[in-house]
Amino acid sequence: MSDSSAHLQSNHESTDDLSREPQRSVGLVAPEIYRFDQPLGLSCGRTLRSYELMVETYGQLNAAKSNAVLICHALSGDHHAAGYYSEDDKKPGWWDDYIGPGKPIDSDRFFIVCLNNLGGCDGSTGPRSIDPDTGKAWGKDFPPLRVRDWVSSQRELADRLGIEQWAVVIGGSLGGMNAMRWAVDCPERVRHCVVIASALKLTAQNIAFNEIARRAIRSDPDFHNGDFAEHGTVPRNGLALARMVGHVTYLSDALMGLRFGRELRSGSLQRGLESPVEFQVESYLQYQGEKFAESFDANTYILITKMLDYFDLARDYQDDPVRAFRQTQCKFLVLSFTSDWRFAPDRSREIVNALIAANRDVSSACIESDMGHDAFLLPNERYETALGTYMARVAEEC
Amino acid sequence: MLRIDLDILQQWITPDSRVLDLGCGQGDLLRALSDKRQVEGYGLEIDPDNIATCIGKGVNVIEQDLNEGLSNFADDSFDTVVMTYSLQVLRRPDLMIDEMLRVGRECVVTFPNFGNIRTRCSLLFRGRMPVTKQLSHQWYDTPNIHFCTVRDFEDLCRQKAIRVLERSVVAERNPDTLLKGLWPNVFGTTAIYRLTR
Repeated sequence: MSDSSAHLQSNHESTDDLSREPQRSVGLVAPEIYRFDQPLGLSCGRTLRSYELMVETYGQLNAAKSNAVLICHALSGDHHAAGYYSEDDKKPGWWDDYIGPGKPIDSDRFFIVCLNNLGGCDGSTGPRSIDPDTGKAWGKDFPPLRVRDWVSSQRELADRLGIEQWAVVIGGSLGGMNAMRWAVDCPERVRHCVVIASALKLTAQNIAFNEIARRAIRSDPDFHNGDFAEHGTVPRNGLALARMVGHVTYLSDALMGLRFGRELRSGSLQRGLESPVEFQVESYLQYQGEKFAESFDANTYILITKMLDYFDLARDYQDDPVRAFRQTQCKFLVLSFTSDWRFAPDRSREIVNALIAANRDVSSACIESDMGHDAFLLPNERYETALGTYMARVAEEC
Repeated sequence: MLRIDLDILQQWITPDSRVLDLGCGQGDLLRALSDKRQVEGYGLEIDPDNIATCIGKGVNVIEQDLNEGLSNFADDSFDTVVMTYSLQVLRRPDLMIDEMLRVGRECVVTFPNFGNIRTRCSLLFRGRMPVTKQLSHQWYDTPNIHFCTVRDFEDLCRQKAIRVLERSVVAERNPDTLLKGLWPNVFGTTAIYRLTR
């Protein structure tokens, strides 16, 4: 769900700093805009007359066009999954530990596609874009989306790129839901589906956290009921608070203890002193919140958290995930992390059990990690081995 | 798993059937069954290295602790449930046999025969817990917590009204290989059973 773990990671002792090895990076990358003038029918009943998708690709599409991998991003992700934008760019793409030459998603073997999804705020058509009917930014009036709308726009992109069938559709968290939706809605176009730290649908607790985040945004006076752009404001406080709440839930108690403990950033708790005290964890969260508020769009945040809440893979199949998975033709890999309490291992087990009952090929592993939900973005030897081994086998078939 | 166990097991599995392999290790049995007998199925395993090896072989492997039971599997959802060399490491082998026969129409179990002449001699003459090629751990670090003999196992089957469809014991060396037919509980090192309700 989060892509802001770099700060955390850089201070955390990592055993395998793949991203620091320049020879294992995809290197300098540049995004590209794809414009689509065919109308896109949405699940809400409305139609987007035209739209743009911001896309990055790594590696080469082979002659048979059989080695394409679609990376599906999570709540706050974007198209910049790997590599750097300039020589002095310090922060690589959000999944750089896992995408690159010789990495689990190997850019020497696969043609890797990652896009900023529809409704996003990093270059693809979304609330910040201009509504051609009004000549003004969509803002809060951007059509509500479902995950299947992402699939239909990604399908248009696949057609444009000449990809008839993805070797792999892969994603973590909301991206895992996106990947499963692909497998169910376009079975003949997916050969492997990799679902990481995801769920068939959100739990009540998860929806509750999302609603707290939305409330934080809505109650910021600068939000202006979603029309903040017209008022020339940005609901920074609301966005920052939403991010802070979300961020805490993506980490684990153990990790926060390890990383921050009760260390003070400033002040003292000594008796007789009256200096203001700031814990390290407070400063870290403030930093995360503010950084997020600078770049992310409040309407996008509300839109995408609702996509998460409404997602239910089995809804159209009499609430039976087994029936849903009977539509699929691909093989599955399902990964979860022990300390992830937002998308707990039990949610992944529900996916696996339904796949077994539907008689589909599936492998699964629950990776030992104290990194919480963010584990899916962070270096972890066992995770790399499991994912890398699976991907290497897929590459041999391509 | 020994090669010879694997050969016998494969012959007992119906081609084109659906198999659940409990404690599937490195996935050799499922790989062989899939290649030679078009059997599809899943292996349950908890060891991270084994899981990665299975993934690399294209074997469906699910991370699951057998001690937590098989409640996530529906009744009669597999033709055969196999468990090789894991019975003795479980907290309740008897309950696992019940579960295997609930989930599968048949089950195949292999276990080390503690009634084997060598284990008997170790205790009788040396006065020590047996450490053999199959049972290579010391008493204090062994994962094997529920040993049984061929005779013990058959008692359990009788108590539970489980039908033994086939039985085979494997012995490793001569003259044991010749004598195992006469005295399986004395000369067999590994017992293999095919069971149903």
